[in-house]
This record gives sequence, structure tokens and C-alpha cells, in this order.
Amino acid sequence: MKIAVPADQNNMKTSVSASFGRAAFYLVYDSETQEGKFIDNTAAAAAGGAGIKAAQLVVDSGADVLLTPRCGENAADVILAANIRMYRTLYESAKQNIDAFLEGKLPDLDEIHAGYHGHRG
Amino acid sequence: MKQLLILSGKGGTGKTTLASAFIKLSGARAYADCDVDAPNLHLITGWTAEPKRSDYYGLPVAEIDPDLCTGCDLCRQHCRFDSIESGETYRVLAFSCEGCGVCEYVCPAGAARMARQTSGELMLYRDEERVFSTARLKMGSGTSGLLVSEVKANMKEEAEDAPFAIIDGSPGIGCPVIASLSGVDMVLIVAEPSVSGISDMERIIRTAGTFGVQTAVCINKSNTNAVNAEKIKTFCKERGLPFVGEIPFDPCAVEAINDGKTIVDIDCISGVAAKGVYEQTMKLLFKEEGSKHYERKLQSEL
Amino acid sequence: MRIAVLSGKGGTGKTLVAVNLATVGAPSIYVDCDVEEPNGHLFFKPVDIHEEEITVRIPIVDHTACTGCRKCVEFCNFNALAYTDKLLVFDDVCHSCGGCLLVCQENALAEREKNIGRVQAGTSGDVSVLTGILNPGEASGIPIIHRLLDSSGEAKASTPVFIDCPPGSACIVMESIKDADYCVLVAEPTIFGVHNLNMVYELVSLFQKPFGVVLNKCLKGENPAEAFCVEHGIKILARIPFDHELGLLNSDAKIAAQEDETYQELFWHLLQTVGQEVTDETTAHS
Repeated sequence: MKIAVPADQNNMKTSVSASFGRAAFYLVYDSETQEGKFIDNTAAAAAGGAGIKAAQLVVDSGADVLLTPRCGENAADVILAANIRMYRTLYESAKQNIDAFLEGKLPDLDEIHAGYHGHRG
Repeated sequence: MKQLLILSGKGGTGKTTLASAFIKLSGARAYADCDVDAPNLHLITGWTAEPKRSDYYGLPVAEIDPDLCTGCDLCRQHCRFDSIESGETYRVLAFSCEGCGVCEYVCPAGAARMARQTSGELMLYRDEERVFSTARLKMGSGTSGLLVSEVKANMKEEAEDAPFAIIDGSPGIGCPVIASLSGVDMVLIVAEPSVSGISDMERIIRTAGTFGVQTAVCINKSNTNAVNAEKIKTFCKERGLPFVGEIPFDPCAVEAINDGKTIVDIDCISGVAAKGVYEQTMKLLFKEEGSKHYERKLQSEL
Repeated sequence: MRIAVLSGKGGTGKTLVAVNLATVGAPSIYVDCDVEEPNGHLFFKPVDIHEEEITVRIPIVDHTACTGCRKCVEFCNFNALAYTDKLLVFDDVCHSCGGCLLVCQENALAEREKNIGRVQAGTSGDVSVLTGILNPGEASGIPIIHRLLDSSGEAKASTPVFIDCPPGSACIVMESIKDADYCVLVAEPTIFGVHNLNMVYELVSLFQKPFGVVLNKCLKGENPAEAFCVEHGIKILARIPFDHELGLLNSDAKIAAQEDETYQELFWHLLQTVGQEVTDETTAHS
């Protein structure tokens, strides 16, 4: 299965990004081949709707599951509409979270926060 | 990094005055001014060195090339923001343009195009110990929300290991306020005991509530209207909002500010009261860690 | 004449000045463009209120017609559209530009009205009070300002209009002063006040609006705002001294010009001064 994680760097030692919508990269880890691929987050520079655009990127990457510390409601709508399940990360290291997920140790992401639309004024 | 955001709803209640006092008292290593429409914090935080400046690009703005324009009027007809002026030459009113791209799409002559535009400037002050991030939005620009996000991102990037940050917010309940709420751990509302102040306080509390951020309230200039001050305290009690103290009106505060000092740099009643509010606020901010950090800091000061 | 009252910094006394000018200038129209935190109505306590809903247009999808080509998703500069197995629309980031409807080749998009706030029109004695109110959570109050200014434009030409502007100098302030004949800038005697006064000074200069300054909360000693005006050759229209009594009246939402003769006179003089400035401007440009 393909596991997506918002990431600060584009290598496997990366930490998990504190923001979903404005993460620098998305790590898409294939649990079968055990390979990670990194997608640039073009949404990070967006004036508004970053979460939505970022979620579109994750959907288009073919991810089955998303591991993230938090997620805004607009982004969550997109992720859930694509039947991608969301889990809450517990550790700083992306790899540690992936391992924990595969062992069934990550909780579901229950709290979706309201959007922070940083645009217009 | 724990983030404390100071908001008020109404303008002029004392956010910046109080933020500067908090920064002084806590020895904060990271702080930011998110009132990008009217930034003021830099005036009393005593920085002498020049900041690192970078351009901020908001949404692109449309422009019409008069050489290619055929005057077909399609752009003006489709613009929903009254941003295109017809006439001998067609031109875009840059200040009203929302950057939607419709004119570029409908233009048959390729004359209307979206162009990147500087809508403001980011400034980062730093020395060995502190980082101060601020910005100035160019007059009439929109996308203040994104600029606020960049001010905070700059601060976080430069001060990764600072245990907490103090953020001076902007008045209102709109875009820049919403953007400043992102990722903060606590909001301190500075309320003013006037009918207007109370009305505005209620609206900002409602806005902050939508984002589920822990909110506390203090009253500034509390003795200018004792009845209204009581109303605010009752309001907080009824809603279970922590009330962290009150600060009396103090003419010495004006003197201090105009001298480029904070109210805790001089001996005055508002400074003493601000210290009380600060202590209560920081206790709440570090509640989860059993106030360990805060107590350690307090210990080192005694 | 249309007078806009602005300040850059919040809390300097825009509403104090606008409300009291409208009172001594009655019959008049008071327009509250501070749609995020409107306060004038608290002083006027208008009656006979007619309310008008303000809406913006948001796209809606006909999923049977949508083929998932994603042209609209690619077009939207605000990222308000996303496509999973169907098209999703995000109302709160949509800027109502209508672009997605234009790019859709399948006729799958139409529009509906979404409420973002309201305009209340009422009266308080001889003052018509127009208040704009933005719903908390909405990003932009500009459509409300447009409606407010249109409504105030329907009045008789001889009725003075006083526009209470939002703080700051961003696009919402520009919209508020767009059709003003004269701008009154309210300044307070602090370095914060001067810093922000400078910003609106640049703004009104850019828009080539004639303007003058009211110095509010004047204390003894040096006044950095006054120094700024002198330095830039800006006309000082009035000086309002710092006064606990005025502060108390104001904090109880009482209109000073109605409660106290001193203020009745002060604002009456200010109104005359502003009126004279407007006449001089008109003469100068005719």
C-alpha cells in the first residue's frame, strides 16, 4: 500500500512537517517495494486554499493512507472523498511513524481543524 | 515551540504595548508582528541593526498591453471586481484586481496577462539571541493572510529551538487574524471596557473559538469604566474563559512608548499590573508541561 | 459632501469623530464601513431597521454533466476546486470570479448565492445609519462595502455623508474612501499612531484625496503626530484634548456632542472647518 506523509526534507531521514498544507514535500512510501518517493509541494506557495491543493496532490499520487499531525477541514474533505484513511503521527521521524502505522500503532486522526485560509484581505 | 498570540478585536486596546512588555519580561527569543497592515512592534523592541529584507509576492495582478489590445471589451464585461477601466486604452485598476485570471482567459488578443507583483516586504531581525519577524503590506494590497503566514514561517525557521514565541496580532476578525491563528497554542485577548470594546471582543472570541484555540482574556485601561470591566469579567466566567488580570489606564505608559521603551522598563502602575497578567498567561500556556519551563524561568529571575 | 474618516491605527477615535460629525451635521448619513467590527450603531442605537442580506456567487456542480476533465481545477487561482471521484467546491476560499463556469465545456457548473453578511439601514433622529456587518469566518467584506456606498449614494446631494472606515490601509480601506470628497485622518499622540498615520497619509496622497488631520487624545508635552503634520505641511483641523470624561462617555457608547456642550461646540467647529476645506477644494478644481 502507498503511505503519504507530509515531510520537511526529501530524504528518508526526514521529519514530519507540522503543517499538512504547507509541507515542503510529500513522502509517498510503498510498503511492498519499501521505496519512498518525494513529491514537491507546489501548494506551499499558494496564497490560499493550500490545504486543498496539497490534498489534490496527495490524491493524485495514488496514496491509500495519509499519516499527518493535523489536517484542516477543506483538505480533509478532499482526502476523505478519495477514500484515503488518515492517521495521526506520534513521532518526529517520518520513518518511525510509517513503521508504527504498519504495526497498527497509530491512532485515527479524529480532530479536523477549521481552515486557515491565508489569502485575500 | 509554544506560540502565544495576542488579539483584541477592537483596535487600540493595547496589544502591542502588552506584547512588548511580555517580550521583555520573558526574554522571548522569538517574536513576530502579524499586524502587517499597520505594524508597530519594531518601534519599541529596540533593534538598531538593519533587518534582512525580502519581497513578498501576493497574488498576481492583471495588466493589459495597450499594443495588443483591440478594445473588444470582453475583459471588462467579465471582470466581477470592477477592476477594468474602458476608454481610449483599457487598463487594470491594480488595487481592486483580485488576481482571478478571467480577463487573461477571455482576451482574444493575448493583451491581458497576469503578472507577478510585490505586495509587500518581509523583514527579519536577528542577533545571537533573538529573532523578530515582521512585514509591511503594500498599501491597498490583498492577501494579507498569506503575508501573515510568511511572517510566522520566517520566525519559526530562524528560531527553531526557541521554547516559545510571542505574536502581536492585528485588529479585526478577518483574513490576517485567521491566518495568524494557525498553529498557535493560546490566544490572549486584550479587552477594553467600552461598549465598542466588548462588542468587538465577543466577535473575536467567536472567531478564535471556531479554530478551537485556548483563549484567555485580560482587560486593559480597566479603570476607565468599572461597570464595563465587571461586565467583561462576568462574560468570561459565564463562558468558562480564564480571566488573567487587568491593567489600569496609565499616562506613564504613553511616555514610555514614545520614548521607545516598554511599560516594564520603567516604574509604573501599568507595568506592575502587566507583570501579573504575564505570569497568569504563561502559567496557562505551559500548563501541559506542568509549568516546568515557566517555573524554571521564574526561579532564575528570583 | 462625502467625508471619509480613517486613521491607519485602530483605537485613535475614527468612530468618535465620524459619529459626532454626523450628529452635529444632521440631517446626515452615517456609514459604518468597519464591517468586521462595526461600532457606530452602538452609539446611534438606530430604529426602524431594514436589513439586506449580502451574498456572493459560488459555483455548484451538476455531477451528471461533469466529465472530470479538471479544466476548472487547473484554472482556479484560489485552489477552491478539487477532484477525487467527483468535483468538490470549497466555498470559503472561492473568490466568486466566475472563471470556472467560463472554462467548463460541459455545462456542469452553475452558481448559487452564499450569504457573507448584511447591511442594516436605520434612523437615529435625523441621522440615517447604514451599518455593514461581515459574518465571522468570512475573509472579505468588500462586497458589503460596495453595497453600503451604493446605498449612501442614493441620498439627496445636499445630505452630508460620513464614512467610518476600517483600521489599516489595506484594500478594504481603499474601497471605503474611493468616492469620498475629503478625508479626515484621526491621529493619536504616540509613535505607534504616527507610524500608522504615515501609512494612511501615503494612501490618501496616492488616491489624490484632499485631507486634513484631527489630533485626538492630546496630552501636555510633545505630540509626535502634531510634529508629523507640521513637518509635512498637513492641515490640522482640530485638537481634541485627552479627557477622562470624554473617555467615560465614549466607553458607555454615548454621543459626546449630545451629552456635553463643549463637545457639541468642538465638533460643530470641526464640521465647519471640514465644510470650508471641501468648498475650497471644489473652487480650486473648478
